[in-house]
Amino acid sequence: MARLNVNPTRVELTRLKERLDLASRGHKLLKDKQDELMRQFISLIRENNELRNEVEEKIEAGMKSYAIASALLHDNFLSEVMTTPSQSVSLNIDQENIMNIRVPQMNFNYEDTPDDVSDILYGYLNSNGELDLAIEQMLDVMPRMLELAEVEKRCQMMADEIEKTRRRVNALEYMTIPQLEETIYFIEMKLEEDERAEITRLIKVKDMGD
Amino acid sequence: MSHKIGVIGNGNSVLIYKMLGFDVFFTENDQEASAKIDELAENEYGVIYVTERVAENISETIQKYDDKMLPAIILIPDQTGSRGIGKRRVQENVKKAVGQDIL
Repeated sequence: MARLNVNPTRVELTRLKERLDLASRGHKLLKDKQDELMRQFISLIRENNELRNEVEEKIEAGMKSYAIASALLHDNFLSEVMTTPSQSVSLNIDQENIMNIRVPQMNFNYEDTPDDVSDILYGYLNSNGELDLAIEQMLDVMPRMLELAEVEKRCQMMADEIEKTRRRVNALEYMTIPQLEETIYFIEMKLEEDERAEITRLIKVKDMGD
Repeated sequence: MSHKIGVIGNGNSVLIYKMLGFDVFFTENDQEASAKIDELAENEYGVIYVTERVAENISETIQKYDDKMLPAIILIPDQTGSRGIGKRRVQENVKKAVGQDIL
């Protein structure tokens, strides 16, 4: 490991010792942060995975019903039916702080949510049973979709943060701290050596006087 | 603060999301899709669902928003079924954070 390019003096030694102290404390803190992030991430990512599998499965089922429904209806009728949403959803986003990462916390408000498919307001004339089924399936999956949005975003942000933290922990652990330790050792050795040289010199000078 | 929810897809495959109260946008090609994502992000959309078929070729635009708090871009399958892109993104997150695939 490379030694830092500094002069071997007492002042420098004190300075380096302070830096080492700071680096070790920083390393310990970051390590703790990384461990805690990882703990939270692992439970969250499992949830994310399960949610995604569930949502994808349900959306696919819904889409299949919808494909059948749309095959039986004229495109124009279909877009006409879809122009009047049966419900509206609004989204409130707050910030939540997990280990100093600002992650979104999403609150969804549904208005006029139909209790079941019979509340959906469109005419019998230009629609069919398959469409009812498709919409019912999509309404069913919607809360899970919104949940997925929140969980997946959090996982993404946490993954980024964990990667960054790990890099910093490693830089401190494998670069900064060993470098400092080696330089401190070098300066201490050098100073001791100087001291011994000084004593030898004094003895020599005293010998010459006799 | 109040935000909107958008859906981007091609063809009328995403029309049904209108029924759920989301804002639906159609795009024909990749440039249009990535321009639309940028536009929605600027207009304070909180969640943007993008079909995997649209997202396939514009991963750069999507990754741009990965480390931002808003919007959350979530991939969804369309009527042709899942292409595994959304699942792969989850796995990439795991690999990035843990270093290996633990799922």
